[in-house]
Amino acid sequence: MQHAQPVQPASREPHHRGLEMTQMEGAKTSKPKSIFARLAFGVRRPAMINDFHGGIHPPEMKHLSNGTEIAAGPLPTQLVLPLNMHIGAPAKPLVEPGDRVLKGQMIAEPAGAVSAAIHAPTSGTVSAIGPRPIQHPSGMDAICIVIDTDGKDEWVAHSGISDYTEHSPGELVDIIRHAGIAGMGGAGFPTSIKVNLGDHQRVEELVINAVECEPYITADDRLMRERAAEIITGIHILQYLLNPRRTLLGIEDNKPEAIKALKQACKGCDIEIRVVPTKYPSGGEKQLIQLVTGKEVKSGQLPAQVGVVCQNVGTAYAIKRAVMHGEPLIQRITTLTGESVANPGNYEVLIGTPVSDLLHHGGVDAQNLGRLVMGGPMMGFTLHNPGVPLVKTTNCIIAATAEELPEPPPEQPCIRCGSCAEVCPANLLPQQLYWHAKNDDLEKAQHHNLMDCIECGACAYVCPSHIPLVQYYRYAKGAVRQQAADQLKADKARLRFEARQARIEAEKAEKEARRQARLEANRKKKEAAAAPSVDTAALKQASLEASKAYKAAVKAAKAADADGAANASELKAEADRLKEIADKAKAAVREAGSAAPAAAPAEDIVGKLKKQVGDASSAYKTAVKAAKEAEANGDDNAAELRSKADELKANADNLKAELRDAKANAPAAAPAAPQVDPVAELKKQVGDASSAYKAAVKAAKEAEANGDDNAAELRSQADALKATADQLKAELRDAKANAPATPPPAPAAAPVDPMAELKKKVGEVSSAYKAAVKAAKEAEESDADNATELRAEADRLKAEADHWKAELREAKASAPATPKAPPVPTDSPAVPEATAPQALAAVDPAAAAKRQKRLKGLKTAYNMAHKQYKEAHAAFERAERKEEVTADELNAMQLKVDKLKHKADIARDALDALIEEAKADIRAHTGKDLKTLKLEAARAESALADKKIELEKLGSSSTEDTLEALQSELKALEAEAQIARKALKQAVEEQGLVEE
Amino acid sequence: MSLITSTSPHASVKNNTGAFMRQVIYATLPGLAVLTWQFGWGTVINVLWAVVVALVCEGLFLKARGRNVTFYLKDYSAVLTAVLLGLALPPTAPWWLTLVGVGFAIIVAKQLYGGLGMNPFNPAMIGYVLLLISFPVAMTQWIAPGEAPSFTQSLQLFAGQLPVDGLSGATPLDTFRTWAGNESELASHGILHGDIAGQGWEWVNLAFLLGGLYLISRKIITWHIPAGFLAGLSLPAFIAWQIDPVRFADPLFHLLSGGAMLGAFFIATDPVSAATSRMGRLVYALLIGVLIWVIRSFGGYPDAVAFSVLLLNLCAPFIDYYTQPRTYGHNKPNRGAGGAK
Repeated sequence: MQHAQPVQPASREPHHRGLEMTQMEGAKTSKPKSIFARLAFGVRRPAMINDFHGGIHPPEMKHLSNGTEIAAGPLPTQLVLPLNMHIGAPAKPLVEPGDRVLKGQMIAEPAGAVSAAIHAPTSGTVSAIGPRPIQHPSGMDAICIVIDTDGKDEWVAHSGISDYTEHSPGELVDIIRHAGIAGMGGAGFPTSIKVNLGDHQRVEELVINAVECEPYITADDRLMRERAAEIITGIHILQYLLNPRRTLLGIEDNKPEAIKALKQACKGCDIEIRVVPTKYPSGGEKQLIQLVTGKEVKSGQLPAQVGVVCQNVGTAYAIKRAVMHGEPLIQRITTLTGESVANPGNYEVLIGTPVSDLLHHGGVDAQNLGRLVMGGPMMGFTLHNPGVPLVKTTNCIIAATAEELPEPPPEQPCIRCGSCAEVCPANLLPQQLYWHAKNDDLEKAQHHNLMDCIECGACAYVCPSHIPLVQYYRYAKGAVRQQAADQLKADKARLRFEARQARIEAEKAEKEARRQARLEANRKKKEAAAAPSVDTAALKQASLEASKAYKAAVKAAKAADADGAANASELKAEADRLKEIADKAKAAVREAGSAAPAAAPAEDIVGKLKKQVGDASSAYKTAVKAAKEAEANGDDNAAELRSKADELKANADNLKAELRDAKANAPAAAPAAPQVDPVAELKKQVGDASSAYKAAVKAAKEAEANGDDNAAELRSQADALKATADQLKAELRDAKANAPATPPPAPAAAPVDPMAELKKKVGEVSSAYKAAVKAAKEAEESDADNATELRAEADRLKAEADHWKAELREAKASAPATPKAPPVPTDSPAVPEATAPQALAAVDPAAAAKRQKRLKGLKTAYNMAHKQYKEAHAAFERAERKEEVTADELNAMQLKVDKLKHKADIARDALDALIEEAKADIRAHTGKDLKTLKLEAARAESALADKKIELEKLGSSSTEDTLEALQSELKALEAEAQIARKALKQAVEEQGLVEE
Repeated sequence: MSLITSTSPHASVKNNTGAFMRQVIYATLPGLAVLTWQFGWGTVINVLWAVVVALVCEGLFLKARGRNVTFYLKDYSAVLTAVLLGLALPPTAPWWLTLVGVGFAIIVAKQLYGGLGMNPFNPAMIGYVLLLISFPVAMTQWIAPGEAPSFTQSLQLFAGQLPVDGLSGATPLDTFRTWAGNESELASHGILHGDIAGQGWEWVNLAFLLGGLYLISRKIITWHIPAGFLAGLSLPAFIAWQIDPVRFADPLFHLLSGGAMLGAFFIATDPVSAATSRMGRLVYALLIGVLIWVIRSFGGYPDAVAFSVLLLNLCAPFIDYYTQPRTYGHNKPNRGAGGAK
């Protein structure tokens, strides 16, 4: 079958040209394309429909290495295998230093989708896994697996597939993936991905790249000449995997032998061999696709998006070896060429062979070596260290002399000659790009499609001013990418910031709403509680005012009466009216009181009565006084006044009796209103009665002294008053005796413990003693005659203080020793007074233990949740810094972080609530909260310290007594401090709280 | 062993900018030869003197700007400017005329803008226009064709010691300009009728065409500018001539008169001040050609290459904005300035 395509005019006469080229040693082979040439030879061939723009014809230099058969490469003593010989994630090592490996054994597996496996190229021992200089243009180090070879070249067990059609494409893709095959043309893209496009992607054309357009390189050329059949089988496997409509093999017309071999090998098969004219860079993927299919790959797209898959011939060969023979990619054909090599040619080298070993193998004249290039002269990169290893993509090593590839001449100004634009295969305007790149005008550079530059180097090659144009574009591209990355980062940060702001705002609003709701609820509750009490208070106030007015009126009336004023009756009536009002008000207060809790009707009755009694008493007293005055003056109305006084007295007595009755009823009637102390009332009455009596006595005495005739009368009157007072006093005594029993005890509210009282007393007595001592000392010093008296007093005080101190000690000693009695806090009224102090520190041990356990659990839970949240947050931040994470993933992470935070917050809240509960318990049981306990302990400690200092100061100067007193004080304080400490510790321990 | 480390590509053409310039200078030689044959040694003397002035000015200014003088002088750009201006000046030009023209071209139009590659205008044409405006009489006195002065006379003219009047004559363009529309007068002036076009100038222009074709064959220039230039000049000329052959000269006369070929292949093709893309250059040159015809036919000057080139130099960046080629992988070319969007 003839494959010379009529649409491929290049195949009409490629052979001579190609042969000519290869035989023209180093001569300039650029085709004359001048007008003269075209005029002279006519239009030699019709312009190719699919030709790409530009291109150059540098000296091919292929003759150096294409004349000899592929030879075996060296077996170096050490192989260095970088984990990243391909595009994508570095492989993951499967071996450890010291492991023995066999040839073909997988030593690193692909990590992730875009990755490739690495195999031991020969048998040996892994000597190291660590950074080694690699084939990177910057000369950087990378992690490599280093194998010390043993020279046995011992294969691992392996076997191929004789008929790949019996296996599913998926299985074959798996084989390719595990054979570590990555694009052999130079890019090193993992092949398994390119041949596994999925069913939705129809492959129109499979393009096999056999162009090898770079000067010097002949690896594919020799491979095709010598192993064409295997390549064709590899292509068939690719066809089986991709099922393309057409398979096109593009090859430059400067490889006639290879073309011949291929045509022979694929006789009768469906591979179309398209011979393309020699022009650099025909081997560029996009250029070749345009050449053989006429399709243009859109800017920024992949060939697969126009239905084209492009594979290198070397890759096809490697696929064949992997599938049919089970051989992973452990060696490749590399061209060793250049004018300083004695035996240039193609060598089948083990991956990982140091370049220096290959140079030595090929007989490089180190003296003449001027430039060492890995790859071709157009797109390869110079090596500064021959120790770097050959990798899967290394198709050529050029060991050039300094004359062959000289230092570039100095850069001259760009004259915009346009030579670069003429040769650019991407049809760019390189001179404009250069101008903008140099000025850092990235926007304009991008407007000139900077990013479509394929860095083929054609522009720099032709530049008469020797401007390293590609380097400018690389720089500008890097800057553009950096800018884009920065922009993306900034955008992300902005979005994140905005999201955070929104979240904070929402949280704030929610908090505010909650606060408002709480406030509202509180206010309502307060209103509900306060409404009746406010009413009562107002009523009381009104009633009080009414009473006052009434009293004033009564007083005025009395005064008027006393003066015998004419309006006395009028005033009386007024007083009565006011009394009515007051009574009404009182009744209202009573009503309100009964409507509210079990309020204070009794209080009011008693109070009213008391007031009346008071009023009556004072009226009587006034009357008595007036009567006395009148008697003293010998006024004739004295008798009248006296009778009046008597009347008033009767009235007062009456009222007093009423009061007594009311009081007797009061405790029973109003047990819920214990605030009004009947004892105090009685005391007041007693006081009143006593003063009345005293006044009476005085009056009687005066009268007697004056020899008044009514003296006896007055005396008897006074006696009567005395009797009343005595009676009241007795009543008071009784009341006092009953008092502890009568008022409803409120022990929960009144645990201001006896201990504290004792302490207070001790303090008081101590200070009194000290003051006395001081006074005594002063007196002694001044020889005052009362000195002995003062001393005695001081001694007495000391004894008293000692007594109190002893009592305090006792109380203290008994208090902590008391076992934790189990009083339930809410039942405290039932607890007898005497046991209250002991109940201070008593807590239900079971409940406490339970809570302690819960506290511990909650703490752990919170700590864990918090830790998880912190970790998630850190991970999220890390992810944010990386570019490859998508926005969706970030969002998911953010969600997770928020969830964890929420969880931690809940745990924290629960923990706080429990701690609060425990603290409340302590308060309930001890009457103090933890803080008070702490304060007390601290205070005790500082008092102790102060006392110590005082003692030290006084130590030399003071008397025995003083010292002793101070010592005992110190002891007492010490005990106090200890107790406070203990109480605090106990409370803390019992509640399972930890001191913050 | 210290290896060369550099970025790709590692190979490059052996060419350099100086070689480019030298090629252009060589390509002017046929034109120079014919000019000398037709109008005497004046042009050769002009060119040599111009080169000396240019090198001195360039050297001084490179030194003043702190540049490597020999390195930059070797780019031959100053020499080329001097040669082109020397060819454009009348053979009767005295020494000071050349001095002023070349000095201004090198110092003001080139070095003050930043040297080679930075000048927005063609330096030779700037110098020419300066002289044309400042010294119109001296700049329009050409030797009558076929009456070439001797070498001694040429030297005397150069030294300014021989009155020009006795030797000078009108050029075909002058003649046509004067008598356009007057059929009998036009017929009576033999100078308009050489073997192909105007006497003397037909050969000069053919010689420059030859040199230009050499440049295209050496890929020093592309065909776009000369083709556009000549098409822009001849197409309107042809149309107008078809309409009124007495009022308008025929296209061949236009193409082979004055500085047409020198302008098309050597002046307008100055890459620094021209448009950049192929399409841009075509448009640029086409407009130069049209403008030359317009000025020749209706303007106040007999020839208009210098004015037209300078005017289109002004337009070159604008033309560039709208003539970017379609990049591989893109549906359509980008338009506009870009960047400041």
